[in-house]
Amino acid sequence: MDVLQLARWQFGITTVYHFLMVPLTIGLSVLVAGMQTAWVRTGEPRYYKMTKFWGKLLLVNFAMGVVTGIVQEFQFGMNWNAYSRFVGDVFGAPLAMEGLVAFFVESTFLGLWIFGWDRLPKKVHLACAWAFSLATIASAYFILAANSWMQHPVGAEIVNGKPTLRSIWAVLTNNTALAAIPHTIAGAFSVAAAFLVGIGGWHLWRKRRSDDEHRSVWRSSIRLGGWTGIIAFAVLAITGDTQGKLMFEQQPMKMASAEALCHTEQPASFSIVAIGDVTAQNCEDVKTFNVPALLSFLAHNDFRTEVKGVEDLVTQYQAHYGTNYPDDPALGELAGKPIDYVPNLAVTYWGFRIMIGFGAISAGTGLLALWLTRRGRIPDTKWFPRLALLSIATPFIGNSAGWIFTEMGRQPFVVVPNPSGVDGVWMFTAQAVSRISTGEVWTSLLALTSLYAVLGVVEVFLMRRYVRGGIDGVIPPEQNDEEGKKTLAFAY
Amino acid sequence: MSLETIWFCVIVLFWLGYLFLEGFDFGVGMLLPVLGRDDTERRVLINTIGPVWDGNEVWLIVAAGAMFAAFPSWYASLFSAAYLPLLLVLLALIGRGVAFEYRGKVDSARWRRNWDRVIVIGSWIPPLGVGLLLTTTVLGLPLDAHGNRVGGAFEAVRWDTLLGALAVVGFALVHGAAFLALKTAGELRERARVFAVRALPVALLPLFGLLVVVQWREGALWTLVALLVAAVAAVSAWRKLVADRDGQAFAALGVTIAAAVVTLFGALYPDVLPSTLGAANSLTVVNAASSPYTLTVMTWVGAFGAPAVLVYQGWTYWVFRKRISTAHIPPVHTP
Repeated sequence: MDVLQLARWQFGITTVYHFLMVPLTIGLSVLVAGMQTAWVRTGEPRYYKMTKFWGKLLLVNFAMGVVTGIVQEFQFGMNWNAYSRFVGDVFGAPLAMEGLVAFFVESTFLGLWIFGWDRLPKKVHLACAWAFSLATIASAYFILAANSWMQHPVGAEIVNGKPTLRSIWAVLTNNTALAAIPHTIAGAFSVAAAFLVGIGGWHLWRKRRSDDEHRSVWRSSIRLGGWTGIIAFAVLAITGDTQGKLMFEQQPMKMASAEALCHTEQPASFSIVAIGDVTAQNCEDVKTFNVPALLSFLAHNDFRTEVKGVEDLVTQYQAHYGTNYPDDPALGELAGKPIDYVPNLAVTYWGFRIMIGFGAISAGTGLLALWLTRRGRIPDTKWFPRLALLSIATPFIGNSAGWIFTEMGRQPFVVVPNPSGVDGVWMFTAQAVSRISTGEVWTSLLALTSLYAVLGVVEVFLMRRYVRGGIDGVIPPEQNDEEGKKTLAFAY
Repeated sequence: MSLETIWFCVIVLFWLGYLFLEGFDFGVGMLLPVLGRDDTERRVLINTIGPVWDGNEVWLIVAAGAMFAAFPSWYASLFSAAYLPLLLVLLALIGRGVAFEYRGKVDSARWRRNWDRVIVIGSWIPPLGVGLLLTTTVLGLPLDAHGNRVGGAFEAVRWDTLLGALAVVGFALVHGAAFLALKTAGELRERARVFAVRALPVALLPLFGLLVVVQWREGALWTLVALLVAAVAAVSAWRKLVADRDGQAFAALGVTIAAAVVTLFGALYPDVLPSTLGAANSLTVVNAASSPYTLTVMTWVGAFGAPAVLVYQGWTYWVFRKRISTAHIPPVHTP
């Protein structure tokens, strides 16, 4: 493999891995802040126990999210230095803002929250939880604004061969970003919701016969998770539709390949599943089960309009952005070769469907959990806790598939041209990579992947321990401090 | 002052903030097996930085992010040229961050011993790597006309950059010991203070060696003044440690690193990453900078953001200002 392929693999692995931790942190931190608010307002012990239990799982997960995030920031400079030089003027700004405005708040107030239980007045301590959790959302906002600029560059123009920022406001209010942000945040909440339903469901089922003192904790958690999951899915569906419509306009090739739509159709039908080989890049032999005219509606809110297929788009892209890569030695073997404008169809087609399908499963489990626990009921069947635990994985899979679809779907571009706006701002992925040795990238790919694998095992091991330990595992028994309250409420 | 120069200073400030803050928490991690004789003592050491190390680490993230936004070519060339040292830093930081959080989550001596190792290794490697990185940016690399490294993967590893690596490690070690003298009580405090007194004259040698090399090669009169300030502050830190005034000693070490950073980056300016293949290939504050508009935007963000950061991080140190000792450590409680 060459540097380009290795660097792409590394970016894919580190990003998907990082995004296993991030959504749980975002969703759970807001929900935990909500639990603590309920405790401060009502004084009910079950809210205190909820805060402690879910807060502990949040912390086990947060550590991994933070440390894998640094890799994300550094690898732009390490593996993608040509990209960093080309787009730094625009892309660097939201990235730096994320650090300055969001990360500092996040890490500082998390420290205050973890260690401040006995040092801060109750309400100040609660405010720290909110500062931390809202900062996680702010950080998502900035990074998604940066990513959306790669999908749909705005607020810039080419000066001396490089994109130059003209309006930061345009970058921060990019319509692509404004659709992506609620979509991603809702995806984060569906992860946290599935977590609450799955773990709460398992505990509630285990305690179904005994009159366990913590039962109300698990009931409240399931109810909160169920509602959160349903609301999150509604937001996902609405914003997903908005994103889809924007994408038909901004990245028609991505949507055509998401549908494995070979030929332009009018009206276009929506494919539910495909049988056959969508990877055959001519997609002629694919039989798909279709809903007539639905794709036209998804694309343009109208059942009759035309949707462009992959083949027509290739001609169109070649006319706009050239048929061959520049004859630049920096491009390695790709120099002068024809440009393949069609993203990997198998990945885009199935990525799109897995995202939607698994997102829906998790919302369905939430709905089921609400029904089974209605009016004080306790589910007695064995399949419920199993299903609930299993469906913890579904929004994770949905989120990952969504990201893989979004990022692979924009290939061969790293910065996708904006067909209706900024002129001339785009960059091929092949042009973005650093001029370094394959040995260096191999080393980092292998080292990071192995470390991530080991730490993934450790995190799951710890999560399992704390889940099994329940409330007693997170709240220490009362101590008798002889000299009054001398010991710290929390210490590493 | 031009916007480019202002941003050069801002980035230097972020690096200084990082060296000052994470400097002592690296030092604490490095000293874990030296000063902590049993598990409770090691827990005291870790908990002196428990609430703050994560916030300290953000200074690194923001320093790198600010370089990306304000001087994209600087960020791009330096980070790809020093690829393998940076990779080591990343691996170490990943392990270290996770180790703090996971160390106490299972009640087993073996579990804790393993994570302690990760903390110690994870506290030695990053200051070495950061020292190497910053010295590389001051002393330069063989860069071609595109800003790419000419030569092999270890081009950034030379005797003078290794001196820089040792300089930061040595500083972190002393700074960490002085911090522990300030933050702990009882026997542990005395041990940290004695260690700092003994270690300081040796541990700060590489730092002053580096400063002399840089001053000799590219220094000006005012960077010489900064160097002398650093030297006076270091001597004063030692005397304060001997006199049992740990707060003042810690502050004096802060002045030492600040003056040292001024010397290094003062000698670098107006370059940001010199090319050893000729001045034409060097990255400077002018040719590496973003557009004036981007710099203006970043200036507004920084003007409101940075003071706020100082206020609430300062408040964190105030909230957790008490000294801790083994008596404050609660019993282990895990599921």
